[in-house]
Amino acid sequence: MTDTEEAPTFDPSLKKKKPRKSVAFEAENGDEVNREENNNNAESQSLAEAGEGGEQKEGEEGAAEMFKGKKKKKVKKADGDDDATGDVAEFDPTAMKKKKKKKASKEKTEGDSFDAALAEAGVVPRGAGEEGAEDAEPALPEDTGDLLLGTGVWNAASTVDLTYPLLLTRFFTLLRSQHPDLAGDGRRSYKIPPPQVLREGNKKTIFANISDICKRMKRGDEHVTQFLFAELGTSGSVDGSKRLVIRGKFQQKQLENVLRRYILEYVTCRTCKSPDTDLKKGENRLFFVTCNSCGSRRSVAAIKTGFQATVGKRRRQQT
Amino acid sequence: MSIENLKVNDPFADDVGDTQPKNYVHIRIQQRNGRKTLTTVQGLSKEYSPKALLKAFKKEYACNGTIIQDKDMGEVIQLQGDHRTKVMDFLTDKGSDKMGKYALAKENIKIHGF
Repeated sequence: MTDTEEAPTFDPSLKKKKPRKSVAFEAENGDEVNREENNNNAESQSLAEAGEGGEQKEGEEGAAEMFKGKKKKKVKKADGDDDATGDVAEFDPTAMKKKKKKKASKEKTEGDSFDAALAEAGVVPRGAGEEGAEDAEPALPEDTGDLLLGTGVWNAASTVDLTYPLLLTRFFTLLRSQHPDLAGDGRRSYKIPPPQVLREGNKKTIFANISDICKRMKRGDEHVTQFLFAELGTSGSVDGSKRLVIRGKFQQKQLENVLRRYILEYVTCRTCKSPDTDLKKGENRLFFVTCNSCGSRRSVAAIKTGFQATVGKRRRQQT
Repeated sequence: MSIENLKVNDPFADDVGDTQPKNYVHIRIQQRNGRKTLTTVQGLSKEYSPKALLKAFKKEYACNGTIIQDKDMGEVIQLQGDHRTKVMDFLTDKGSDKMGKYALAKENIKIHGF
């Protein structure tokens, strides 16, 4: 429970890759998405289609892409270095510069390889991104120009050397604006709409979009319902428009917590953290989760309702 | 027979994974009317005396509680109010003089509910 509860909020000041988190809800990614939109607007070429259409796919293949990207890096390194030497040729060839140059080229190649990986995934990489990556190579440490447009400091013509943090900022800004799924850590990009919770009367809670969520997770409604009831220690029913009516008062956050636990237990693959899994009833009544991206298979515990205390009016005890 | 090599080591042992009944202690919450809740502690192994634990809980959290004999689950400690995290801390605290060396591992406790 403790690790499910740590909020995976996005901290832009954190430049490191965070410890991988398997599950994320859209609610928490909200600011990220907003930022992405802003950046897109600032950019001359918006990549809305890539952002929207490809998002789910990217998310699922995120892990794979990461690896692809890494492999690519070595291959790409050669031409990346060439470019960099061309760019930095006008600098004084001191040891310091050399170091910077290397870093710069590395940044660039990384960006490129991400692009390449994306291209492979079927998301058309736009010219703007690559241009930005190349243009922005050398830049001034102070009075930064528009990073995404490649102006001012980030112009190719500027001859001042970049500090590492600056480059790092650029890399992450570009990465986040263009491939928000790869930012963070590429894995916890699994998005599920937040549960819509309404109150019916005083004692019942309606979970409106359960079928939508189940579809996203590729799990049966009944399984999720059963889990919810077992965890919350209540009962309920499904109403006419496929909404779940739960007895008791529950807030969205609470249901979100329970769902998070469900995903952790029954959706994500333990081996590769991919949410692209199937739940099947295997032999001798055990449930198995089969991963579609790495092929691993593990059994999961059946949902058990534990002890239920008698609440409310007590029925006459049978003795 | 105490030849080390002859010990049966099932290579597929981990395949069964979580389904094997681990002796989890389940801490649950249940809603009552209004903002009142119940906390139940289920699955404590035989070494622990529920009576003594309940007494400690009641004193510590200033709540009432009882022990319920359940047909399937055995003895269940039931407390009034939401004490899930506190019970968890209590059961896992090695430093306290109450649990001491009998403290449970965190992995053996499952907290349910929202």
